[in-house]
Amino acid sequence: MSILGTRVVRTEDPRLLTEGGVYTDDLRIPELDGAARITFVRSPIAHARITGIDTETALDSPGVVAVLTAADMDDLPAGDGRPTTEPLLATDRVRYVGEAVAIVLTEQGYQGEDAAELVSVDYEPLPAVVDFDDALAGGTLLFDGTDTNVIAAGGEPAPPGAFDGCEVVLQRTFPNQRLAALPLEGRAAAARWADGRLTLWASTQNAQLARDGLAAAVGLDAAAVRVIAPDVGGGFGAKIATERDTIIVAWAAKHTGRPVRWVETRNENLLGMVHGRAQRHTITIGGTRDGRILAYHLDIVQDSGAYPRGATFLPGLTQLMASGVYDLPYCGAAFRSMLTNTTPIGAYRGAGRPEATAAIERAVDLFAAEIGMDPAEVRRRNVVAPGKFPYTTASGAVYDTGEYAAALDAVLAGAGYDELRAEQARRREDGGPVQLGIGLATYVEITAGDGGGETSRVVVDPTGAATVYTGSSPHGQGHQTAFAMLVTDQLGIPMDQITVIHGDTDQVPTGIGTFGSRSLQLGGTAVHQATIAVKDQAREVAAGMIEASADDLELDTGTGTWQVRGDPDTALTWAEVAAQAGPAGLAADVEFRADRPTFPFGAHLAVVEVDTQTGKATLIRHITVDDAGKVLNPVLAEGQRHGGIAQGAAQALLEEVLYDAEGNPLTSTLAGYAAITATELPSFELLAMETPTSMNALGVKGIGEAGTIGATPAVHNAVIDAVAHLGVRHIDMPATPQRVWAAITEAKGSV
Amino acid sequence: MKVSVTVNGAPVAADVEDRTLLVHFLREAADLTATNIGCDTTSCGACTVLLDGESVKSCTVLAAQADGRQVTTVEGLAGPGGELHPMQRAFRAEHGLQCGFCTPGMVMASVSLLRENPHPTEREVREGLEGNLCRCTGYHNIVRAVLAAADEGLGSAPGESAR
Repeated sequence: MSILGTRVVRTEDPRLLTEGGVYTDDLRIPELDGAARITFVRSPIAHARITGIDTETALDSPGVVAVLTAADMDDLPAGDGRPTTEPLLATDRVRYVGEAVAIVLTEQGYQGEDAAELVSVDYEPLPAVVDFDDALAGGTLLFDGTDTNVIAAGGEPAPPGAFDGCEVVLQRTFPNQRLAALPLEGRAAAARWADGRLTLWASTQNAQLARDGLAAAVGLDAAAVRVIAPDVGGGFGAKIATERDTIIVAWAAKHTGRPVRWVETRNENLLGMVHGRAQRHTITIGGTRDGRILAYHLDIVQDSGAYPRGATFLPGLTQLMASGVYDLPYCGAAFRSMLTNTTPIGAYRGAGRPEATAAIERAVDLFAAEIGMDPAEVRRRNVVAPGKFPYTTASGAVYDTGEYAAALDAVLAGAGYDELRAEQARRREDGGPVQLGIGLATYVEITAGDGGGETSRVVVDPTGAATVYTGSSPHGQGHQTAFAMLVTDQLGIPMDQITVIHGDTDQVPTGIGTFGSRSLQLGGTAVHQATIAVKDQAREVAAGMIEASADDLELDTGTGTWQVRGDPDTALTWAEVAAQAGPAGLAADVEFRADRPTFPFGAHLAVVEVDTQTGKATLIRHITVDDAGKVLNPVLAEGQRHGGIAQGAAQALLEEVLYDAEGNPLTSTLAGYAAITATELPSFELLAMETPTSMNALGVKGIGEAGTIGATPAVHNAVIDAVAHLGVRHIDMPATPQRVWAAITEAKGSV
Repeated sequence: MKVSVTVNGAPVAADVEDRTLLVHFLREAADLTATNIGCDTTSCGACTVLLDGESVKSCTVLAAQADGRQVTTVEGLAGPGGELHPMQRAFRAEHGLQCGFCTPGMVMASVSLLRENPHPTEREVREGLEGNLCRCTGYHNIVRAVLAAADEGLGSAPGESAR
């Protein structure tokens, strides 16, 4: 029996549970002996001109090695000259609280905190742009030499007549609020310049992209840069690519010739790491009173923060996925991205797709409420039918496979939907304070949508052990276990004799990394193919050793031996075959590239209780189908779903990055940002469903972000459903007690 | 100032600044890096260790306050032969960790939780771990791990000299 699809506990865990991982700040290696600690000086003002920086006092502080500002960065390549280009260290202007202005190098960490306080920066405050409408109006511009804060746009408004024939047309504007990615390990880096090479250790999701970005930023050939990702304590998209403060750290090592290390505080993390979401949606939905949706348009305003990092790709993905699971006669979307004096926006778990799903799933519930039809029934009547795949959407996405109605029916059955509605009716009848809400979301999302491939090299050495080199670099997903399963499945080499190497550009020079739920379908397929290539090589070598035809050989994956079919006397071990192949053993390199992205889908049902006297919403059950094709290891896949669901529920109920009107952050510590805890969540009820894709040999899609994408609208809809009978049609996210209570109060007042 | 702490049964002494936090003492003076720092407001629990057998957030304890006392970190939890503590075993069996960064603190908080309440309900486990954040697991399998460890009974646990 194949190990694939079975429950295998992780091989990563014994080390993580006994010694702890080796995260960047845990590195105790000779190359970093005597490393200076870097402390950043960051802007406390959202928008200001810098009129002077005095470093003299700080330089006299104990333990200070250097204080460096943009003026010291004259050894970097010239920028591209565009007015909106983001400097590494601020030059003449700061555009958000937390923007890096200077760095202090000290012998020890505490000295850095002291000295950073003594760097005196003269700021001449400018009006801050925080509000969506102020930014669009452009009364204050973030960049000289521009005439608007809008830095990207795409799509089209709904054409005239798009909603003709609709008996009901609804339009509503609501936010998809700004969130913090909040990996438990924040950003961290260490760097060393020696013998003409720059080595960077960094908490990154993709060492190879980080190498290329760093090389370009500091003006070195990629061959002169090595990036190593040690254990990475979570990323969720916010550690993709080349983190700018990390480049500053690496530059400082090159500039001073001294090894350096940096680990940010949580306060810095909440100010300096990219935030996610930060969109405002205007949905227009129309259809007939018998539940057919005929037209849908999504207008997106993307708050990009102070610089155009995620300005195009985030709303672009939202635009691409606007139609969700629905077969719509008309669907359109348009976006504008604009700059504000806030932390820049980037990828965060789902990155553009949760926003699309939240918008249309809210719209569908609004439509269902308007026509008085059960929201499950409205969904069932409008989802893409199984016979229509591959299905090309109005935005040009080609959905590979899907069973949307089946997923919906599975969660309804798994949840006991009819009983839940009966219970809800009883509570409404009783009129007690605690009401029940049932929320649905059906979703489809895009994974491995970046168009890149992934690399793998599989080696079987003369000891019979295997080593997998992969361009896919994990930060909690369990690649070591998953990729070893793929090798043992094909070769019969035991899991404990398989090593997985990743995240070191000298050992794996080519690769893309882990993001966008791409690892198993691209990296895993590359491992699978390289393993088969090694097996094919071994067959020829073994045939020569046995003096038999290769066609007559079989590999017994139970024992890991080659033999003439049915003749155990001829058995050869992997060690023997690999040794025969040469001192390096057997090896194969593969770069796998899929023809198209894959489109996981599913349905979520959330059950909440809302205390109508306080507005407090409590998630009491959450039932999901998350179909990501074939499942390699249910333990890992379920773990990804659990984490996703929690983050999705967090957006619906709790989490929000907030600024005041002057651009001062109000959620810059974990005392202010409402990260979801164990007490606010139930155990989750996961249902299994596997609809394979033909985009790769494993039949797998991505599972890393699906839970988040489905959970947010399900929980959000559930809260509103709980108080719908009181006249509430909508509550903005996060549905905090204050907001829920206000909505109830307002609805009562209007009755 | 001179601080002496017994860490995982072994004495560690160092001359440190008065303001040195216990977590920095553990990571630097004792060179035990499993205990992580995840925030600066005592909110996340990544730095949770046992101080004289009771869980504390070591970012909010001065090294000086631990002078002369016993500290247990996750490195000190396994038995002398390296056999996993039941809580470590349960976290692995139930997939209670992903990136592993919150894990040392989460495991120590869980050990402490079961010492105070050997047979908790799911709700009690969730409330007991409110001060420990995890961003990967959604807490689902962490809760299952703690309940599984409770079912197994921690009475036979090795490596718990500070009981």
